[in-house]
Amino acid sequence: MQMSGAQMVCEAIIAEGVKTVFGYPGGAIMHVYDEIYKQKSFEHILTRHEQAAVHAADGYARATGEVGVAMVTSGPGFTNAVTGLATAYMDSIPLVVISGQVPLSLIGTDGFQEIDAVGISRPCTKHNFLVRSIEELPRILKEAFYLARSGRPGPILVDIPKDITVETGTFKYPDRVHIPTYKPTYKGNNRQIEKAAEAIKKAKKPLLYVGGGVVLSDAYKEVRALAEKTQIPAVETLMARGVMGAKNPLLLGMVGMHGNYASNMAMSETDLIIALGARFDDRVTGKLSEFAKYADIIHVDIDPANIAKLVDVDYPIVGDVKRVLEKLLPMMDDVNPDRYRAWREILKRYDELHPQSYVDSDTEIKPQWVIERLGELVGEEAIITSDVGQHQMWAAQHYPFDRPRQWINSGGLGTMGFGFPAAIGAKRARPDKTVINITGDGSILMNVQELVTAAEYDTPVINVILNNRFLGMVRQWQTFFYEKRYSETDLSFQPDWKGLVEACGGIGYNVTTKAEFDEALKDAIEKNKVCFINVAVSRFENVLPMVPAGGALFNMMLPPKIENDKEER
Amino acid sequence: MPKNKTQNQRRVISVVVMNESSVLARVTSLFAGRGYNIESLTVAPIPDSDMSHITIETKGNARVMEQITKQLHKLIPVYKVIEHEEMVEKEMVLAKFPIAENLSNIAALASAYNGGIVNVGKEMVVVQVADEPKRVRHFIEAAQRYNPCEIVRSGVVAMER
Ligand SMILES: Cc1ncc(C[n+]2csc(CCOP(=O)(O)OP(=O)(O)O)c2C)c(N)n1
Repeated sequence: MQMSGAQMVCEAIIAEGVKTVFGYPGGAIMHVYDEIYKQKSFEHILTRHEQAAVHAADGYARATGEVGVAMVTSGPGFTNAVTGLATAYMDSIPLVVISGQVPLSLIGTDGFQEIDAVGISRPCTKHNFLVRSIEELPRILKEAFYLARSGRPGPILVDIPKDITVETGTFKYPDRVHIPTYKPTYKGNNRQIEKAAEAIKKAKKPLLYVGGGVVLSDAYKEVRALAEKTQIPAVETLMARGVMGAKNPLLLGMVGMHGNYASNMAMSETDLIIALGARFDDRVTGKLSEFAKYADIIHVDIDPANIAKLVDVDYPIVGDVKRVLEKLLPMMDDVNPDRYRAWREILKRYDELHPQSYVDSDTEIKPQWVIERLGELVGEEAIITSDVGQHQMWAAQHYPFDRPRQWINSGGLGTMGFGFPAAIGAKRARPDKTVINITGDGSILMNVQELVTAAEYDTPVINVILNNRFLGMVRQWQTFFYEKRYSETDLSFQPDWKGLVEACGGIGYNVTTKAEFDEALKDAIEKNKVCFINVAVSRFENVLPMVPAGGALFNMMLPPKIENDKEER
Repeated sequence: MPKNKTQNQRRVISVVVMNESSVLARVTSLFAGRGYNIESLTVAPIPDSDMSHITIETKGNARVMEQITKQLHKLIPVYKVIEHEEMVEKEMVLAKFPIAENLSNIAALASAYNGGIVNVGKEMVVVQVADEPKRVRHFIEAAQRYNPCEIVRSGVVAMER
């Protein structure tokens, strides 16, 4: 069929089954917006900032596993989107971002709103395209969606010069892609899997190290089955919360810088790490030379570059976690779970010795209490997003996540300002779920304009602000490592939170007691509008346990058993 | 021995890529962004194909080399990465000398390194030498005594034996 480049973009989005596109128009992308106006197959959400558009598409992708789509104009529209691309790239989230570009004839002339988008986005996309002719546009669109979701997923940028969106050409959306240079390995080598099975049978203290790849590969059932069958204990990374399920007796907790004692000790003492879609991030391993000294390592990952990048691996298996586990599971039939009983008991004692805990208070609200209370009140039902800081870590530590895709956060890049737009994206994708963004009084202001978007599109995201009047996580490091010099982290000057949210069409709650919190949450769910629940929490609470950066994983600062930070206030 | 403890080694890698715009930028910005060295780099299309051959001379320990290879593989337009073990390597160099120098000595030196005089102008002669990289270095050292005013090296090309 003959049609314009702009129409081709819309047709591709429709052909891919995308229901929601997030974006922001401008000169170079106007022809595409004109076609969006004329069609009825997908909705377009006008965010109030391009960064938020990409985060919203990202939240949509994380909540569903489908490709998220965002659309921006050239120049500043694109540069605003870069943080969104980088955030998705670090967490391997499938996105297609379409940007306008100046007309082909102006490229290279420093034209108005011209910027080298493929140059800038090269290190923060899985791949990118500058479209050079209308003939190649259908193929590029098809490849973009395919690349985004296949192999190790990631964001793809398609930069389209304005004149190509106007030009007409023949449109036939390809059924298949043909990229001879791109052949991800899904299956996993049988010999290697057999060897790994033998290693598991010989180990005395094996440990499942479960990463975000399990979520991406939709392998949580297989991972739970492996644990169940062998009774091998498991630790989860920040990105994998929910995979094992909070009630699973084999789950020790989260591993890493803010992991719990039993998890970090398990990692330090295991004799066989079974790494599943995890990448030995520095926030997980702590000091590398002290990391898992007694362990052999099985590493299953779809990206060969993740294997042996930081640690030497004894049993590398390149493949999709789900496919590999489907082969591994039957090989575990003759494993006697009693083999690992002594190991499980050691770990149980570690957990009894230093459980994930905090000292609650009757006079003020502890941030950890808020998370636990949320877990009690909305628990399994909600989708939880977060920003970056202490609140994020408390959420990861204390919320009872029960399933994958329930917990959405920027783990790799650590992007403040991610949580709220991501929650908007998640809520558009899953309107049946209560969507709660757990945030801080610093982070929420980094995309606060999205209150208007949420109000306009009736997208009732609940923002729970754990308000410590600090850039809390930075303040915590200053307390521990900078002799309490609180350089530029004091946020005592505060907006009128209730006034702010209400000015944008939402509801505000100021909460200073536990009872008020329960009431506010109940009311927020009933009113079904975007809101702030601004919770005044204790200012000097620290996220613990903590492995100081660069320290060994087993050297943790542990939570106090009684209140001991009186001097701070 | 852990791979990051091994010595820094010189390595030559061939990368076969789809002949498309910005593919070279993808390769070089990967090296820049991840802090890998490029000692020399050559690129040219492969005859009768839509591919190009990039030859990169680099340095690193075993872990870095493994990462370079894997990261290159991850680039979508990269078809093949060859970490050369048993290879034939050649490099070309052009050197320009004042015509007043002893031309027969220069010609003799060049021919000892598989080359010769390729251009004679009013004031300058240009000499070309093509040989193994190590021998090219020796040639350049030896040529110093004839006061070369310009030397241009091509970078390495390599082929598995
Ligand atoms: C965009 C961005 N800028 C800076 C940082 C560095 N940073 C990490 S945590 C943090 C403090 C966050 O404060 P807040 O949102 O109030 O959360 P809290 O730690 O108090 O819970 C900062 C500034 C970041 N992660 N992202």
